[in-house]
Amino acid sequence: MIRLAIALLGLVALALVPLFVSEYELGLMIGMATYVALASAWALFSGQTNYISLATVAFYGTGAYTVAVLNESLPYPAVLLCAALIGAGMALLVGLSTLRLSGIYFVIFTFGLAELVRQLITWYEVSITGTLGRYIFLDLTARDIYWQMLALAAVAIGLTAWINRTRLGLALRAIGDDEVVAAHSGIHLARTKLIAFTLSATLITLVGAVASPRWVYVEPLIVFNPTVSFLTVIMALLGGANRLWGPLVGAVPLFLLFEWLSVNFPDTYPIFLGLLFIAVVFVLPNGLLAGLDDLRARFGRRGK
Amino acid sequence: MTLLHVDTVSRSFGGLKAVDQVSFEMESGTILGLLGPNGSGKTTLLNLISGFLAPSSGRIIFNGRNLAGARVDKIARAGIARTFQLVRILPSLTLLENVMLPAVFGHRAHWGKEAERVAREALEKTGLTDRAGASAGDLNYIDQKRLELARALAAEPELLLLDEWLAGLNPTELQEGIRLIESLSGSGITIIMVEHIMEAVRALCPRCAVMNAGRLIADGETSAVLSDKAVIAAYLGDAEDA
Ligand SMILES: Nc1ncnc2c1ncn2[C@@H]1O[C@H](COP(=O)(O)OP(=O)(O)O)[C@@H](O)[C@H]1O
Ligand SMILES: [Mg+2]
Repeated sequence: MIRLAIALLGLVALALVPLFVSEYELGLMIGMATYVALASAWALFSGQTNYISLATVAFYGTGAYTVAVLNESLPYPAVLLCAALIGAGMALLVGLSTLRLSGIYFVIFTFGLAELVRQLITWYEVSITGTLGRYIFLDLTARDIYWQMLALAAVAIGLTAWINRTRLGLALRAIGDDEVVAAHSGIHLARTKLIAFTLSATLITLVGAVASPRWVYVEPLIVFNPTVSFLTVIMALLGGANRLWGPLVGAVPLFLLFEWLSVNFPDTYPIFLGLLFIAVVFVLPNGLLAGLDDLRARFGRRGK
Repeated sequence: MTLLHVDTVSRSFGGLKAVDQVSFEMESGTILGLLGPNGSGKTTLLNLISGFLAPSSGRIIFNGRNLAGARVDKIARAGIARTFQLVRILPSLTLLENVMLPAVFGHRAHWGKEAERVAREALEKTGLTDRAGASAGDLNYIDQKRLELARALAAEPELLLLDEWLAGLNPTELQEGIRLIESLSGSGITIIMVEHIMEAVRALCPRCAVMNAGRLIADGETSAVLSDKAVIAAYLGDAEDA
């Protein structure tokens, strides 16, 4: 109860931030909220089940592209609804065909998926509509976008918290540990994974849709940038993908770090990305939050 | 009442017939010892019953329904639970959560207080109550075995499959284990136990079946089966085709 109150207070405080910051700082806040939402939504499926998905940008880009295609013909809420439905439909399709894959095969398939979607859209735009880039003219201010993104991040974390208390959450954690035991306990593996994957992917699609007006000009190479998928994974893993607040704890500092690196070292920054990935996996395999718990346990024991 | 009817079930791996035309029936509430040398197909037979593997042919009728080849979770919900020869626990979950799983998703599908009650009862039976909140990954081997049995019990199964559950216990633990299985059997659960420890088989199983090279070579009253020539030959290893 107290935790919920603190979380809600924090949310209100964050919602008031745009009233006090510059345009540039607001841009940073939007970026941060975007990655908190992405990493939390990603962890909703991958964090519990240990199925590492690199399909994040496939859904994120699809959300952005949906807005680019529909923004002139439908009212904004309807555009978002379409994006959510397309994301969910795509997730069901992908889920049904891939969730029987395990380990590395799943990772590679999801990585390939983003590339496949990008190529399909490029092909469609070039050979059917004859245009490659599209413009997004929406009457949305940076504040509007920030608030929407903040809401999405809150929904991603809130939904995860809720799922953790349900049968679905217990089933997902069991699947993450040992699918054979999970199935022998009566858990319908395919259905459980499909539900969580679809929820996660739908949220990610919405993040892409909400973020898209910031670009104004959109083309496949921009919105299907694989770095988004990798960043999301690193952020969630850094904080602890199986913790409620882990993705947030990882996303905020890493987003700021990468902003700073990409401004100051635009050419070498992918190297840092790679190094960081390796460092996270080796030094903090269970994430910062678990690392802190370990430290606390060690010092607690020493204190006695 | 016949609870389980295994009807000419076979399973091959490539050219190897791991289970070859096995048939037997079990009455509800009985206990069957399943014996046989290593590699004779005992674990494979349990795998076919629990759905971990699908039979190449044959029927497995449980409570009047043919479950041969059905999905594992469906078979679990129908009321069949098992332990694994190589222990499998969920290391990042607590003991209570491990045991909650089948209570929640299994045969009776409880939720909330009732699921927790069933889970705690299973931990109690296996002597794990005081560690309910501990992480299962921290348990030693014997306690992991107990946890596995607790998990199977929390499913409230009608049929329990034990794959060498007593193996690796010290003499005191073995006596405890035998008493525990005895009390389970007394409570009406039907049990198939794969076991090498003859002392346990004699104490617990009025009926025994013996496998050799995938075939069921004997099935009957335990002392008669154990003195059967073909069975003795199989254990001595010189029975090519009994
Ligand atoms: N998944 C599998 N793939 C290939 N061969 C298997 C598999 N499982 C079991 N076998 C083979 O089937 C035979 C029976 O094995 P198993 O049922 O484990 O015997 P038991 O439990 O009686 O020792 C063995 O020869 C074993 O190597
Ligand atoms: Mg075996």
